[in-house]
Amino acid sequence: MSLLEIENLSLSIHDKTILKDIDLSVASGEVMALVGESGSGKSMTALTVMQLLPHGARAEAGRVAFDGIELLGAPEAAMCRLRGKDIGMVFQEPMTALNPVKTIGEQVAEGIRWHTGASRFDAETRARTMLERVGLPEKHFPLTRYPHELSGGQRQRVVIAIACALQPKLLIADEPTTALDVVLQTQILDLLRDLVDENRMSLLLISHDLAIVAEMADRITILRDGTVMETGEATDTLVKQRHPYTRQLAQASTHVPARARSGGYRSEQKPLLEAEGLTRDYPIRRTSLFSRAKFLRAVDDVSFSLCAGQSTALVGRSGCGKSTLARMVLALDRPTAGAVRFMGEEISTRSHEALRAARRNMQVVFQDPFGSFNPRHRVERLISEPLHLLDERPDRTRRRDLVAEALAQVELSPADMNKYPHEMSGGQRQRLSIARAVITRPKLIVADEPVSALDVSIRAQILDLFADLNERLGMACLFITHDLTVARAITDTVMVMHEGKIVEKGPTNAVLTQPRTEAAKALVAAAPDLERALEARLAGKTRESC
Amino acid sequence: MIAYLAKRLSIGLLTLLLASVVVFLALEVLPGDPARIMLGMNASPEALEALRTQMGLDHPPLLRYLAWLTGMLSGDFGNSYTYSLPVIELVLERMAVSLPLAFIALSLSTLIAVPVGIFAAARHGRAADTLAMGAAQLGVAVPNFWFALLLVYVFAVGLQIVPAGGFPGWGDGWGEHWQALRALILPAIALALPQAAILARITRSAMVEVLGEDYIRTARAKGLPWRIVLWRHALRNALIPVLTILGLQFAFLLAGTIIIENVFYLPGLGRLIFQAIGQRDLIVVESVVMLLVATIILINLLVDICYAIADPRLRGAR
Amino acid sequence: MSLDPVSSSVPERHVLLKALGNRSFLAGVIITGFIAAVALLSFVWTPYDITRLEVSERMQGLSLAHPFGTDHLGRDILSMVMIGARNSIAVALVAIGIGIVIGVPLGTWAAARGGLADDVLMRVNDVIFAFPSLISAVIITAIFGPGAINAIIAIGIFNVPVFARVARAGALSLWPREFILAARAAGKSRVLITIEHILPNIMSLLLVQGTIQFALGILAEAGLSYVGLGTQPPMASWGRMLFDAQTRLVVAPHLALFPGLAIVITVLGLNLLGDGLRDVLDPRLRRA
Repeated sequence: MSLLEIENLSLSIHDKTILKDIDLSVASGEVMALVGESGSGKSMTALTVMQLLPHGARAEAGRVAFDGIELLGAPEAAMCRLRGKDIGMVFQEPMTALNPVKTIGEQVAEGIRWHTGASRFDAETRARTMLERVGLPEKHFPLTRYPHELSGGQRQRVVIAIACALQPKLLIADEPTTALDVVLQTQILDLLRDLVDENRMSLLLISHDLAIVAEMADRITILRDGTVMETGEATDTLVKQRHPYTRQLAQASTHVPARARSGGYRSEQKPLLEAEGLTRDYPIRRTSLFSRAKFLRAVDDVSFSLCAGQSTALVGRSGCGKSTLARMVLALDRPTAGAVRFMGEEISTRSHEALRAARRNMQVVFQDPFGSFNPRHRVERLISEPLHLLDERPDRTRRRDLVAEALAQVELSPADMNKYPHEMSGGQRQRLSIARAVITRPKLIVADEPVSALDVSIRAQILDLFADLNERLGMACLFITHDLTVARAITDTVMVMHEGKIVEKGPTNAVLTQPRTEAAKALVAAAPDLERALEARLAGKTRESC
Repeated sequence: MIAYLAKRLSIGLLTLLLASVVVFLALEVLPGDPARIMLGMNASPEALEALRTQMGLDHPPLLRYLAWLTGMLSGDFGNSYTYSLPVIELVLERMAVSLPLAFIALSLSTLIAVPVGIFAAARHGRAADTLAMGAAQLGVAVPNFWFALLLVYVFAVGLQIVPAGGFPGWGDGWGEHWQALRALILPAIALALPQAAILARITRSAMVEVLGEDYIRTARAKGLPWRIVLWRHALRNALIPVLTILGLQFAFLLAGTIIIENVFYLPGLGRLIFQAIGQRDLIVVESVVMLLVATIILINLLVDICYAIADPRLRGAR
Repeated sequence: MSLDPVSSSVPERHVLLKALGNRSFLAGVIITGFIAAVALLSFVWTPYDITRLEVSERMQGLSLAHPFGTDHLGRDILSMVMIGARNSIAVALVAIGIGIVIGVPLGTWAAARGGLADDVLMRVNDVIFAFPSLISAVIITAIFGPGAINAIIAIGIFNVPVFARVARAGALSLWPREFILAARAAGKSRVLITIEHILPNIMSLLLVQGTIQFALGILAEAGLSYVGLGTQPPMASWGRMLFDAQTRLVVAPHLALFPGLAIVITVLGLNLLGDGLRDVLDPRLRRA
């Protein structure tokens, strides 16, 4: 009998159906991955098991049994005995998952005390051991630390320590690494795998990322719009791709846009953009009134150049300074030292007015397709905002023509001009961002994590669009990303950034296949790659069977 | 922690200094000739001249300001023109009524409001919540001095269980203390209840917001029962915004005290200040205003300190 | 209390439908509308002329001729309450106007500039916050003598930092947003961005705060008039009526009842309106 059995589960929130006839089982000691795009009902399935559903959610039908105990309709007291003791849960957002006013020691020890009735001292001893186990040794991370004194990755370790403190039979991890960069992701996944092996826990791993799943899972369940598409042995399911949706997901996550690798640029050209010795310091809070003001060097003496039509990725871990660098390139932030030359002219010290010409030729696309638009304006007004940079303001008809043209460039219909952004999907909005960026026909587009907030299938389409625009309109692109698959897909060259410095640069293929620096090696090793993961799993299997 | 406190303290002192400049400018420089205001149109030139000399109006404003400031720091607020007494004596006597009243009202409203707010938030969306918040909604709309009149009508005129007004003085011995306290019961309730209504609403909304946070879900995922999550995890976080409001509310409470004293004929700062306005005794007005403003700033400083105790994020990096 | 300014926007039609379904909002609109109508009516018609004193009819109880009774000078209380509504609303509205006209530009300016400008504004705010309307009114009255204008100025002064704070907080939360960065990348100046993007998106915050300040203004005006620092006789005002009622509480409690009820109902209506607006415009509640 399986440890967790979900049969025909249907769930609705405020009469809106979220889950339909879900079947799912997790055997003892098994890693089951629950995969799906956003809105597929993965998290709601997990919260049903925990019986921590939001207000208004109601299980319409089906049964959920854990270790022989019926969970649907179980009394709250019984659930309290299970939660934290037999079922632990790790959440997606480590920054908000810990109580900011309690020390990490208290937060780990609390569950131990509650379930075992241990004394404060004993519970703290166990908490100490547990924190040590998840990689937070007391020497560096005493129990008296508060969450705000830890980084995102460290906080996620604390959350894992809380969930695993009592060696639960089942651990549920809901997108445990989505908010972390790739290097941290590998570390946290390794930790989870080790804990599961050591304690013979079952793991229900919820993820949108097939590459992670291919590495971690024994079995896999694919969810779409609240219905199970396919269930099966993980490697087999992902290799054979019998179900069309499975195939679609797999193809999207390994998608590489077809593009002429040159992108139409020749390196002997005069550079379009040059950064020289760029440095940016941020003041940090003084610890004492009388100590000298300290600075955090976010970007440290960075120099590089970019030619017309060149597509370059700036990759690095979160907090390495890549977004700060991008903002200085865009003249949205002033460097502490150094210079930015765009089309041969120094722009970093220019006044607002004097930047008009440069801005016309340099546009930006952001990560969040929801936050990139003023929700009160219609598409026409949103897309035409950069037209304000033209010396000659176009009249109304001309403006509409330009907007229609820009929409056509990103494969949207001119009729979309009269819509509001909230009437469009995430993918369409990211197209709008690009349309706004290309309307002045700039020579350079800076894209800050342009696809990392998108589902895999949409992500593939947007990557195609970028590749196409780069080729067709000959625009240079600077992609800022922590994800090497993006870099691999659409760039000619790569710059690797680490702790404020550019540590390695070169042709994309060369850097990704033969990284020279530690930072680049770590990024390459950590990058989730479905094909590689499957190959490794299959190789492992063949070895076992020999 | 120390850096934070030092920063708050210096901001508090700066605010106090700026406030004293405002008060001085408003009452001594802006009016042109304060002596004429105090004595009225029909004053004799001799009297005017005498008062000018007494107030030091023949000196330049900056000097007068510095003298006033240093005087206050050493406890010398000048002499009241109408009472011919040092202002400090008048004020100390009156403060013995106003400050206890304000603090009783503040404690009372907090003791009522915070539990009600938590209770309502814990039953978010249910009948008890709706009822409590409906009552609070009504309470917010009631002016405290009108509520005071109602209380007087019911408890002093009708039931006659408490005095309708007046204050016997703190006196000696427990019996007299009790009589004095009895005289403050109705005024304190009149001040506290409308205040409690506001605070209860804020406590509830802060609690409801905190209860929706991710870390509440983490705490529940540990297996802690709802009640314990509420007390151990939600409350302390919810109290942080409540504290802020409490500090801001104190200013209103003090203003309310001044008004309420009129309803109950209590010889507090409020009575003093209105008599002083009636008699155009600018020196008393100036001193009392400065004292009230200083109290408000001081309370806000205390709130900041409580803040640092409640919220480890403010204690600065280790 | 923190509204997310940006996502609180949906097309206007949608908001209207949503608003009409909100009980708080509906009740607030009806009550506030009624009080406003009464106040407007008082300009053209009141049951009696309150400047004429009928000493023979003083302190009458409730009757058909005088539904709310008469006061110690024989004036009709209903008529006085109607005129009091006009005064209260006028004082509170002008005081809000002062707060918005000075506070909002200051707040948005501080948010746009940051640094020293922001620090200075916050310090000045701290100072003004230490002067509740009553204390400002005391100072002003001590110099200029009592009057309705004093009340307006005193309440208005206190409104300035309130609106400055709300505008600043709203604007600060918007400046790092991507659509603002995009506008900056499109070469728009800070002033233009403030006008085109910031102001429309903090409008809902200001609207909600406006109703709160309106209610507080009504209460403050009543309090000031009650202690003699606000509207002066023979002008009718709710606070002043309560002052007159106080000494006659034993013989004529109805004198205190109606002006007090008028204040409670008006403030209640405004608070319900503000709550309703917040619910309608707050994205988090809407999602639930």
